[in-house]
Amino acid sequence: MGRKLLLEHINVPGINTLEVYRQKGGYAAVEKALKTLTPDEVVEEVKKSGLRGRGGAGFPTGMKWSFLAKPEGVPRYLVCNADESEPGTFKDRYLMTYIPHLLIEGMIVASYALGANTSYIYVRGEMMPQIRILERAIAEAKNAGLLGKNILGTGYDLELYVQPGGGAYICGEETALLESLEGKRGNPRIKPPFPAIAGLYGCPTVVNNVESIAAVVPIINEGGDEYAKIGIGRSTGTKLISASGNLNKPGVYEIELGVPVEEFIYSDEYCGGIANGKRLKAVVAGGSSVPILPANLILKTINNEARLMSYESLSDGGFATGSMMGSGGFIAFDEDQCIVRNTWNFSRFYHHESCGQCSPCREGTGWMEKVLHRLEYGHGKMSDMDLLVDVSKKIEGNTICPLGDAAAWPVASAIRHFRDEFEWHVTNAAEATTRNYGLAHYADPLPKVEKAEA
Amino acid sequence: MLRVEDTEQAPVEFSAALIAKFDDIKSRYPEGKQKSALLPILHETQAEFGWLSAPSMDKVAAYLDILPIEVYEVATFYTMYFMRPQGKYVLEVCRTGPCCLVGAEKIMDYIEQQLGVKEGEVTPDGLFSWRGVECLAACGFGPVLQIGPEYTFYENLTTQSVDTLIADLKAKANN
Amino acid sequence: MKVTIDGITVDVEPGTSILNAARQIGGDIVPPAMCYYSKLEGSGGKCRTCLVKVSKGSEKDPRPMPKLVASCRTTVMDGMEVQNITSPEVIEARKGVVEMLLINHPLDCPVCDQAGECHLQDLGYEHGAAKTRYEFDRRTFEKIDIGDKIQLHMTRCILCYRCVFTADQITNTRLHGILNRGDHSEISTYIQKAVDNDFSGNVIDVCPVGALTDKTFRFKNRVWFTKPVEAHRDCDKCCGKVTLWYKGEDVIRVTGRKDVYGEVEEFICNTCRFEKKKTADWTIEGPRKVSHKSVISANHYETMKPLPVVKTNPLLQEANKEQFERETRL
Repeated sequence: MGRKLLLEHINVPGINTLEVYRQKGGYAAVEKALKTLTPDEVVEEVKKSGLRGRGGAGFPTGMKWSFLAKPEGVPRYLVCNADESEPGTFKDRYLMTYIPHLLIEGMIVASYALGANTSYIYVRGEMMPQIRILERAIAEAKNAGLLGKNILGTGYDLELYVQPGGGAYICGEETALLESLEGKRGNPRIKPPFPAIAGLYGCPTVVNNVESIAAVVPIINEGGDEYAKIGIGRSTGTKLISASGNLNKPGVYEIELGVPVEEFIYSDEYCGGIANGKRLKAVVAGGSSVPILPANLILKTINNEARLMSYESLSDGGFATGSMMGSGGFIAFDEDQCIVRNTWNFSRFYHHESCGQCSPCREGTGWMEKVLHRLEYGHGKMSDMDLLVDVSKKIEGNTICPLGDAAAWPVASAIRHFRDEFEWHVTNAAEATTRNYGLAHYADPLPKVEKAEA
Repeated sequence: MLRVEDTEQAPVEFSAALIAKFDDIKSRYPEGKQKSALLPILHETQAEFGWLSAPSMDKVAAYLDILPIEVYEVATFYTMYFMRPQGKYVLEVCRTGPCCLVGAEKIMDYIEQQLGVKEGEVTPDGLFSWRGVECLAACGFGPVLQIGPEYTFYENLTTQSVDTLIADLKAKANN
Repeated sequence: MKVTIDGITVDVEPGTSILNAARQIGGDIVPPAMCYYSKLEGSGGKCRTCLVKVSKGSEKDPRPMPKLVASCRTTVMDGMEVQNITSPEVIEARKGVVEMLLINHPLDCPVCDQAGECHLQDLGYEHGAAKTRYEFDRRTFEKIDIGDKIQLHMTRCILCYRCVFTADQITNTRLHGILNRGDHSEISTYIQKAVDNDFSGNVIDVCPVGALTDKTFRFKNRVWFTKPVEAHRDCDKCCGKVTLWYKGEDVIRVTGRKDVYGEVEEFICNTCRFEKKKTADWTIEGPRKVSHKSVISANHYETMKPLPVVKTNPLLQEANKEQFERETRL
């Protein structure tokens, strides 16, 4: 059994209440940080822990904190990104639903470390039940003197508010989130300046994912060095993985980073194998934006080493044969799933969610969706695959925010690994509308290393 | 572009209770940054009236001391705000990849068939409308749907559970 | 601060953008800009046509920037080296952006009043492909009427946001904005309203395409058949310095005076623009100098005259292949 730092008490009845949460050792990190550590020491612990942002980009959290500008007389803000909308990811909803005080405790410690006296949790609007849960939990914490003026008699003041979004994936991008929090359209800002210099209301701001903030609690309780011992290499600590798709036991799992992918999919501790006795065809390992991999490449790297659930191992092989950890949205596809249809579905998602501000993403996402739609419905052409790859390249890297890349990668990777299935949709167009291509060779042993494309 | 004649655009009045909610929301932000209250206030307004008519948005603009166009721009950007009247219950079914792997498309077809209206339309009794929405971050429990204004979640949908849900909502509305 | 663009070094003030540094050098190395407008605060960064490659970050930190950057919103650093027309990567990306801008554009230049002074037309001519690869219906919008002075053609819009900034910064109120999102975004007033106030006409001048045109000039004449003349009058609202566009003896249009980058020198009021269309209203200064490159003076587009650096570099020749081919055909 791997260690559980965030979800250890998730099944304790009443853990969503302050009383039970405190009985289980809750708010010890607040006591420790506010009473025994200086803000800089808290930042130092987080740096030592090696914690990497859990929202998708994987940027070291401690380093992000240390970039925060601290001009005299200007307020600083901590904003928690709870706009979880990446298809395949549902860990933050889970955490906020069942153990809201963990997030609030993390917010207090992190706000203290950053010197913020007002902090916001930006929750996507669809999560209205979670917003109510958090609001209740905040009221409880405030009654107990854990929020508000002079917290625990330490002289530190913090007001914490929950802000609902309005329904827009793009608000998961940190500058779009800040725009939205300012009551505007969720158009990402042009960077620089980065939020650490000019964020919310033009003030220095840190934006962190729910899970990153929650992870600060065990880091302070156990110490950054202890946290860093868990995991493998630069992938330290534990990570929440949202497992979905055709699995026996989909759900949210806390893993120690470095668990083999094969164990994660097939062991009874985690997903318990593929549902209905089917075989695994493909996996999207980190939320819909990351490259999709066929079964053989997700289980083993191109060098025939077991692939691990870690930032490094998942990205082993680069874009040619690897993927990414992303937000930990692990989507499994069984042999009956159609990759073309799924790629079209994801493409439709990005088309729908593009903010429309910059031209490559606004126009390109719609173009890709239309071509994929035509392929899926039997009207495609052989040249469509090259066209899609070319359009995806014209979007990738040329946009204001990473949504362009997120829209381009799933399409490019699906064509890279499943080209024969796309071509079959053209050559056998009528058949393709009635049945799926099936498993083909995607689960076969890996080709020899030298055959790998650069 | 919404044409005025398309939908009724009757003047609206905000109750004292609603204004009190607005005041509470507005107090969360620093002085002069009251525009931050726009999204939560639009949610409250929609919960009260079922959708956002131009007169209601104009009143929100006046309350926050911003231009009406700033409210229109925001309200049309986000998918949760309804620019037209909807059914009393709006069934919002997730239609993104992971839910489709476990049958969301069939559920949508079934709902369409059961309600007898197309996506975005309102049933003749005014009770229901439905639409496909993008990922609701509940992929492990798909197919899922949600119903506003509190966005209650219904997970692991089957045709039977959809039947029960529709029957329950009808009973609730008739009581 | 010293910055080198396509091998040409220039001294600029700290805080200058790469685009403005390039404009100080001038000529062919200036990146095209469809959304940036120097007189509108906050503009730029959106259209992505001005993407350039920063091959050296600065003297202090010489690492190149990992991605192409929008030159209009990237500040120069001392010792920075930038590649624009000398980078095949930039040329390729720009072609891509132009293609994206055109896939849903109606290409109705034959009936568009902007034709001849349209930045998208110029851009398409310089960087676009002769054929489209887009095989779907082009996007359309429901037509709306925004009053008797300004004509809105949403299908032509490239969402540069300039008119929104203009309404915010030049006029006393804003009735129009960007509604909806993604590729359904549109300029609109939401409910029917006339965009009409003392300075509202400036949205016509800032529009890089034919999305916002002068309704009083609609279908009156092709711009290249009109004679532009500089003139001024005493105006209590604005500077009163304008360009009059004559057809025979009649003033058929009044605009602000635009510089070589298509930006007005000063914004003018609606009285000057819409109500003073008699020669007697104005003091004539003389004929407007129009760039010899402009279709307005030449009545045709110039063929490509590649710079020596492009002629001698095989990579750049390859990147500009389509342009060379077109020239051969002509």
